[in-house]
Amino acid sequence: MKKDTIILGIETSCDETAVSIVRNGTEIMTNVVASQIESHKRFGGVVPEIASRHHVEQMTVVLEKAFENTDITWDEVDAIAVTEGPGLVGALLVGVNSAKALSFAKQKPLVGVHHIAGHIYANRLEKEFEFPLLALIVSGGHTELVLMREHGSYELIGETRDDAAGEAYDKVARMLNLPYPGGPHIDQLAAIGEETIAFPRAWLEEGSYDFSFSGLKSAVINKIHNAKQRGETLKNEDIAASFQASVVEVLTAKTLKAAKAYNVKQVIVAGGVAANKGLRRELETVFSETDIPLLIPDIKLCTDNAAMIAAAGTIAFEQGRRSGLDLNANASLQLK
Amino acid sequence: MNILAIDTSNQVLGVSLLKGEQVIGELMTNLSKNHSVRLMPAIEKLMKEVSMNPEDLDKIIVAKGPGSYTGVRIGVSTAKTMAWALNIPVVGVSSLEVLSYQGRFFDGVICPFFDARRGLVFTGLYQWKNNRLEPVFEEKNMLMEDVLQTLQKQQTNVLFLSPDIAIYKEAIEQALGERAIIPEGAYHIPQAGHLGLAGLTKHADPTHALTPNYLRLAEAEANWLKAQKENESHG
Ligand SMILES: [Zn+2]
Repeated sequence: MKKDTIILGIETSCDETAVSIVRNGTEIMTNVVASQIESHKRFGGVVPEIASRHHVEQMTVVLEKAFENTDITWDEVDAIAVTEGPGLVGALLVGVNSAKALSFAKQKPLVGVHHIAGHIYANRLEKEFEFPLLALIVSGGHTELVLMREHGSYELIGETRDDAAGEAYDKVARMLNLPYPGGPHIDQLAAIGEETIAFPRAWLEEGSYDFSFSGLKSAVINKIHNAKQRGETLKNEDIAASFQASVVEVLTAKTLKAAKAYNVKQVIVAGGVAANKGLRRELETVFSETDIPLLIPDIKLCTDNAAMIAAAGTIAFEQGRRSGLDLNANASLQLK
Repeated sequence: MNILAIDTSNQVLGVSLLKGEQVIGELMTNLSKNHSVRLMPAIEKLMKEVSMNPEDLDKIIVAKGPGSYTGVRIGVSTAKTMAWALNIPVVGVSSLEVLSYQGRFFDGVICPFFDARRGLVFTGLYQWKNNRLEPVFEEKNMLMEDVLQTLQKQQTNVLFLSPDIAIYKEAIEQALGERAIIPEGAYHIPQAGHLGLAGLTKHADPTHALTPNYLRLAEAEANWLKAQKENESHG
């Protein structure tokens, strides 16, 4: 019988301090996330220095909680996986240095993991992968289409050229005076509003799988501004519905096109914006008309967590990848 | 009692190993190179050199700042996590206190400091009394100008210790003249061996609660608090 692979994951790339232990890359043994969102709310966004400070305060607390929640002991842990990038460098540094300290203290191998690889592998905690697969990653920091032909291999086929989708949501939310984080509020408003404004769709050049949301964001600003000057009142829910319709249409259409072009066996949606109901509904509708299965993990696994890092780390570990004690945080790490 | 001491709070990267009061190994560089990349390999190398395994450690001592926010976090994160993993105590020591050990045999007041930009320094005043280092005035983030003004009013000699001494040498000499004692280069470099000694007699920190000694709020937080106050007085 093949021995289980037990990986401890650590994630601190933004504003969640997270630790998890995963068995065989598919089964969560423990998954603890300490969110700092309450602390950052007052600033209307994540403040890097404050995020880093919270990570130092939380790291060992979260580690301890993770072990309290499981029967797994250190003896059984095969390796430590940690997000090495991309993300906020100060925040990443806390996770990376803590992971290295654990690796040395417990004499366990260390595996650096790309944050996006983690988001993709969150899906494997629910359903086994079938290749080739296409992953759409949408979050506050990312909008990417990644093609995977086999485990541990990532081909970036499309990405945002300016703002991430989640970033555009947050900015529009701020214009509508919605509290941070704005994404869920826009989603709620959009559900009751109507698409009365024809905002642009950024398709970019023919055949491109890249995204762009800054033009849309400007169009929303202009629209609100002009309406104000003319003394017209726009309904917030209609602005939200119209904005969301543009984002969702482009994301869905490009994902569908890429899925067909690469003949994929699965489409995976990951990242915080995957929790967006409007996006989910549209993707589900569109893919239900194809025979390509669409996978969107549970909301807890969509947002940043360490189980996804442990899951991606499991594959890297099994493929023999190791990081040295000189592993560094890399804010702009490329997905390879 | 095997002790590991770690200092990455400023430009110096220092690691030392002690057996009780005896320093048995020390590794130091004074370079502007990445602490995150170099700290764990330094610890590993030094421990190998003295044939010590991680589980042989009984205590970890870390310089908790003030200093570079990032640097301090690298040291404190490493120290806390190692201590937690090995289930041994961890002790945080002020980086200014470590520097004051370079004035162990000095009779007057010691002013260790780190540059904090725009004329500001992280500093405190210390004095050795009955073989103990005692604080004379609390550590603060303040203008060097104000530090010197305070010192001008006192009559004692002052020993200045700082890796950033060059920036303020002239101002110090101008303010205090003969009363300012500024030694040569090597004395301005904190030593991890001293950090070990400084931590030896201190109570352990509760591991989870040990946090860096930033001496300054994050800018966003300071602005937020200011805005809150203004709102209160207007509201
Ligand atoms: Zn993420």
